[in-house]
Order: sequence, then C-alpha cells, then structure tokens
Amino acid sequence: MNLFLDLWTVVAVVAGAFFFFAGTIGLLRFPDSLTRLHALTKADNLGLGLVVLGLLPQMDSVSAGLKLVGIWLLVLVSGATAAQWIARSLRHGGPGP
Amino acid sequence: MIEVLNFGLAALILGLAVWIVIAREAPAAVVGFIVYGLLLTLVWLQLHGVDVALTEAAIGGGLTGVLLISAAVKLRSTESAARAQRPSRSTRWLAAGVSAAVTVALALCVLALPEPAPTLAPQVLANIAVTEVGNPITAVLLAFRAMDTLLEAIVLVFALIGVWSLAPDRVWGGRPGPLQPADPNGMLAYVARVLPPIGIVAGTYIFWIGADHPGGKFQGATILAAMWLLVMMAGLADAPPISRSWVRWLLVAGPLAFIAIGMVGAVTAGAFLAYPQGFAKPLILAIEFALMPTLTLVLGLMLLGAPQRSEPP
Amino acid sequence: MRWSPVGAMAEFLLGAAAFILAMVSLGLIRILRGPGNADRIMAAQLLGTGGIATVLLVGAATGERAMLDVALTLALLAAFASFAFVKAKLSQTPDESRAAGKL
Repeated sequence: MNLFLDLWTVVAVVAGAFFFFAGTIGLLRFPDSLTRLHALTKADNLGLGLVVLGLLPQMDSVSAGLKLVGIWLLVLVSGATAAQWIARSLRHGGPGP
Repeated sequence: MIEVLNFGLAALILGLAVWIVIAREAPAAVVGFIVYGLLLTLVWLQLHGVDVALTEAAIGGGLTGVLLISAAVKLRSTESAARAQRPSRSTRWLAAGVSAAVTVALALCVLALPEPAPTLAPQVLANIAVTEVGNPITAVLLAFRAMDTLLEAIVLVFALIGVWSLAPDRVWGGRPGPLQPADPNGMLAYVARVLPPIGIVAGTYIFWIGADHPGGKFQGATILAAMWLLVMMAGLADAPPISRSWVRWLLVAGPLAFIAIGMVGAVTAGAFLAYPQGFAKPLILAIEFALMPTLTLVLGLMLLGAPQRSEPP
Repeated sequence: MRWSPVGAMAEFLLGAAAFILAMVSLGLIRILRGPGNADRIMAAQLLGTGGIATVLLVGAATGERAMLDVALTLALLAAFASFAFVKAKLSQTPDESRAAGKL
C-alpha cells in the first residue's frame, strides 16, 4: 500500500513538473502577450493541480488533505478570473510584442 | 539536493536584486520587488522561520507590492522630469561604491558571528509554559516583549496619520482614493463576491492558530485588509471618510485596550504589561482580539492613501 | 505536528521543487525583460502557481505542517496583487500609454 501511494506521488509530481516545463516553454517561445498568458495560466495551473494530487498521499491527516485541495481550488478560481482580466486589459491597451 | 535548491534560490534572489536596481522604469522595478518578496518567503521557509515566511508572503508579497504600484502609478507623470535630473556619473559611482562597501561589511559581520550564534531561544522555550501559549513567537511578542508590540501598534497609527497629512486642506476629513466605477455584473465584482468570504475565513483561521502554531494577528489582519481592499477596488463598497468617528475610535481601540490590560497588570501583578498567574492566555487573547480590527483598518487605510474626495459634514 | 517522509521521497520532492523553481526563474527572465508592462502583470500569476507549488513541495519534503498556511496566504495575496495590477493598468488612459511608449 505504501509503495502504491509513493508511486502515485512520484508519477503525479513528475507529470505536474512536466506541465510546468511545457508552460515555461510556451512562455518563452510564444509570439505575443495573449498566447503567453494562455500558456502561463492553463499549463501552470494544471501543473499545480497535479502536484497537489501527488502530495495528497503524503499528508498525515484528512484535514491537511482538504486544505491542500482547498488551496488548489482557490488558485484555480482566482487564476481563471485574473487571466480573463489581464487578457481584457491587454486588448484595451494594445497587445505588446 | 537541498543544497542545490538553496544555492539556486540564493542565486535567483541576488540576480533579481541586481535587476531591480538597474531597471529603467518604476513599474518594472516594482513587479521585480514583489517577486523578490515572494522568493524571500521561500528563503524564510528554508531557514525554518515559518512565522516570518507567513508575514513576508502577506506583507512583502501582496500589500507592499500594491502600495508600490499605486505609488508608481501616481508618479507616472513625473517620471520624465525625474529622469532629466539624474545625478552625475561620479555621484552614481560613489553611491555604488558605498553600497558595495556596506554590503561587504554586513556579509563579513554575518560570517564572523560565533558558532552557535548567541540567542535567547533556549530561555524562551524553558519559560514558555508560564505564558500558556504554544507558539514561541507569540510568547515573545505578546508576553516577554509585549511592550515592543504595543509601541509598534502605536507607530502604525502614527504612520497612518502621516499618510493622511498629505491631503490638501480642502479635502481633509474626506474619503481616500478615487470613486471606483461599480459594475455589478463585471468580473472584478464577481471576484470581490467570491474571494472575500474565503479570505475572511482564512484570515480568522490564521489569526486563531497563532497561539500554538505559526500565525497570529498581524498575518490575519493583512489577509482581512487585502479582502477589504478587493471589495473597495470592485466598487462594491466605498472607502470610509476619515472624519467618521467610528474610524477614529476603531483606530485607537486596539492600542487603548492594550494599554488598559497593561495597567491591569501593573495593579495586579506588579509591573506594566505583567500578567497575573493563570490569566496569561485570556489576557493575551483579549489583546489579540482588540488589536486585530485596528490593524486591519490601519493597513487598509494606509493602502488607500490620503483623502481625495471631500465629504459634506 | 511533523511527519517525516522517507529519505528518498524527500530527496525526490526537493528535486521537483528545485526544478519548478528553475522553471519559474526562466519564466521570470522572460517576463521581466519583456518590453512594455503588459507582460509584467503576469509575473504575479506565475509566482502564484509556480511559487505555491514550490512551497508545497518543500514543505512536504521537510514535513513542515505550517507550509499549508503559507501557501494559503500566498494564494490569497497573489490573487489580490494580480487584480490590483490590472486595475492600475486599466486606470491608465490610452494617451498615457502611447506617451510612455508601448506600455
């Protein structure tokens, strides 16, 4: 059982790190602000979600696990609305290079 | 592996610090500074100072950043004039030399500290049972060195008065900040309805667990102030005029309660801010409860700035 | 209040934290260098996700329970900072942005 949980952690955290990697590549290579925003918010949030999923078996109590999931949901909600707002401001101010 | 992480963190912070100093525009430097604050949170975690990490995340990450952004926005129109008045090359080189010398001196002092560094931590831990709180930081701040905390709270109120004094005479007593357009169906209004309940619960929780775990009134008050500012930014609530008596009373309520409890200690336990045996925890909780609203109000009002709109009496 | 993960797991989690921190730094270099302030407001978002992931991983590796509270505070304040930035940028009139040059 312990081995299975540890394996879950390793797989999920590696997947999360990969999505962070993908998001950063997008951030570095995409041509303009709006596409970069896309890479940043979608890939990085998914990476965080996978990391949270991977850390759940490592927590020592149910309340800690719930807190972890709560943090992820909070980042998701605020990230989604902030991304919308940043995109709107980019559109009004004129997209940068 | 932890050395790799620490080394990477240190290199990143130093590089960022250099970048902030040489950045050309104020808003860019401010964003860099906010990132710097968030990275310092990681450093504090590595140094096992979780209370400090919490405070750094709250103040350095959010509140200071927003304060500096507001300042940068207000200074936008004067930036070209400021740039035209740059000091001469020799002055700048002199400033760089002096800064580098001070940095080297500080580094040498830190490296020359005796190993292990002198500290009172063992004495705190030996005597902490008397204070009936579990978190040594809270014990130091509110029991062993309560005087410092009282004076810091008063200093914060003074700082707020200093900010208010920047108002022109005709709007003195009015509302700080411009009137925010309220768009009840807009996105900011949506966020300002969804986040603050969560933030209030989180802030109160962090305030409450400060007795036995990292946390406390200061970090909790910062989160509450940030939520209040969010609601005001969305136009769902307006900034209170500073001439209102409830504002003035709430500002002094915290320090006054603190002083009153100190007087109680002077009468019953023999010294100002001493706690009678067995009453330590209730009194500490009372001080924290009294200071929390004051701190929230002070932090929120400080970020709003000086009054800008006059209020009819 | 502390649990201690087995040595290899702790090393792995720290390694993942170091990796994500490296990703955040690369992203930062791009964002902070990017001409114009449009990109720079995204820095708060980047730290909000990558920074929190790093805090969670380091906290899990060292067994520090309170890091969940640090991550919670970071999440709330990073969200607040993002919105404050965009509000500040939106308050800038189009003439000011043209005058300041591609802001």
